Amino acid sequence: MNRSWSERIIEGVIRLSAGLAIASLILIFIFIGKEAVPLFTSAEARAEAGMSKLFLGNRESPDGKRVQVWQPVSEVPKYSLWPLIVGTLKATLVALLFAFPLAIAAAIFTSEFAPPGLREVVKPVIELLAGIPSVVLGFFALIVTATYFQDLFHLDYRLNTWNAGFALGLAVIPIVYTVAEDALTAVPQSFRAGSIALGATPWQTARRVVFPAAFPGIFAAGILGFGRAIGETMIVLMASGNAAILSWNPGYSFRSLSATVAAELGEVVNGSPHYHVLFFIGVLLFAFTFLLNLAGQLWVGRLRRKLTGARS
Amino acid sequence: MKRRWINFVSRFFTIATGLACLAVTVMVALILGNVVRHGFGHLSWKFLSTAPSAGMTEGGIFPAIFGTAFLVILMTLAVVPLGVCTAIYLQEYAPARSRWVPLVRMAIQNLAGVPAIVFGLFGLGFFIQFLGKGIDRFFFGGDLVFGQPAILWAALTLALLTLPTVVVATEEALRVVPRAHREVAYSLGATRWRMVRHVLLPQAVSGILTGTILAVSRGAGEVAPILFTGAAYYLPYLPKRLNQQFMELGYHVYVMATQSPDVDATMPILYATVFVLLALTFTLNFAAILIRSKIRRRMKR
Repeated sequence: MNRSWSERIIEGVIRLSAGLAIASLILIFIFIGKEAVPLFTSAEARAEAGMSKLFLGNRESPDGKRVQVWQPVSEVPKYSLWPLIVGTLKATLVALLFAFPLAIAAAIFTSEFAPPGLREVVKPVIELLAGIPSVVLGFFALIVTATYFQDLFHLDYRLNTWNAGFALGLAVIPIVYTVAEDALTAVPQSFRAGSIALGATPWQTARRVVFPAAFPGIFAAGILGFGRAIGETMIVLMASGNAAILSWNPGYSFRSLSATVAAELGEVVNGSPHYHVLFFIGVLLFAFTFLLNLAGQLWVGRLRRKLTGARS
Repeated sequence: MKRRWINFVSRFFTIATGLACLAVTVMVALILGNVVRHGFGHLSWKFLSTAPSAGMTEGGIFPAIFGTAFLVILMTLAVVPLGVCTAIYLQEYAPARSRWVPLVRMAIQNLAGVPAIVFGLFGLGFFIQFLGKGIDRFFFGGDLVFGQPAILWAALTLALLTLPTVVVATEEALRVVPRAHREVAYSLGATRWRMVRHVLLPQAVSGILTGTILAVSRGAGEVAPILFTGAAYYLPYLPKRLNQQFMELGYHVYVMATQSPDVDATMPILYATVFVLLALTFTLNFAAILIRSKIRRRMKR
């Protein structure tokens, strides 16, 4: 009798911890969303930073044209999110253009061509890159590569999108690499054997048999890398220059959504419209990365079904 | 002729992918080389054991090392029981076709993808504003005790961030315990918990250790979640209570790199701090990789 009681309590604790994982995800959404709600409900916050102002900009009085600026601490605070959104996307684009080809090519090499001995060396080294804290990558971009790139490409601004995007790419490479490599290795050996037996070269096998078979997984790797780049904070906070300029020019400084939260939340008045806008940015980041992750999981699941289905 | 062309193209692309691998490896080496070259020289016992002085242009980083250690110990105390219990639920307790298992898995995977800065916002909104302020109202008559940035809240925020790492590693460790071991325990009349406690956990302990080490390595390097939940720019004392602020290595790097009054004077200290931070996270990662490969080898046997 006694034992079954303790048994039951332990089982309760174990169930509770598992439930906590779900609960924490819901709590994150509630408690960040809660602080963003006044932007819809409070008259004061709406007048200063309603959705139309966040996404359409402030109307300048004389000619009625809308301006897209992020100036949260000026006399008339302006909270247009466009300069931040464009800055975030611009840096993410540079990062992904740099990271995707490298990471996927490296994954193909390790899973298809590398001799086992070399594979055992390369994989941990790239995983080591994942172990570098993002504040160190930010430091490296700010202190070392910024000067180097500026001299090399004769850029006007020391802290520009090329440089921050490069550092961001370094943070994305290990994720894309790991997921893509997993997908490629999951392709059954019989696929390769069949292709080689028909006279294909290893490259032809990799490109026309293994890569298409693993494609859902590689696509998922891309999505997860994208999510990581969008939300990454310390690298862009340190290396972007943090100037909220609305421009797609990668030679300029920029300010990202995540870095804006990191830089401004510490000094904002608790409960002010500015405070609520920063939490609203948090909701945007959370919702967007959440959807990307769901999509990524969906595609990994599709890979598994595809491969196991093909085998039977 | 065509055959030769195909062979040429094949070789070309094979080499190209190899070069991509090499490029990534070289970049890792360049970063590490740069940090070691500029950071190692300034290291000394004095640097590791004294506090910063003269506006961070002199002195050491002891308070940051102490704060980081304190932080990750608190974080470990929270995340390991939680993560291990969640993994035990997923592997052992959940019914065969439970609707909860995919949901819990999905939550864990999504938690791993939430940006670090969002955890920081959550730490501020939930732990400090809601829990901390709530505790103050109930137990301290509204005095400001827990409703402010503190090492406890920063550690709990990081625990949430590193939860997926511990769960995934523990699950993997539980999964490789042969089915027969479970069946023997049950056939001897063991209850479910006794089986978990005396059969599974002893065998999974190195897997759990791997997950813990990886979580600590991750937690020690994350800065965004602790920006508003407890990290301090500079403190003249070491944190002794759970509701005090703390200095931290990663945050110290950020502060020195972006807000130093005298960049040239700070640079050697900055590099040495980065060196210490990297040495810490890499040592932990290496330990985790070693333990993991040992487990996998034992598994194959």
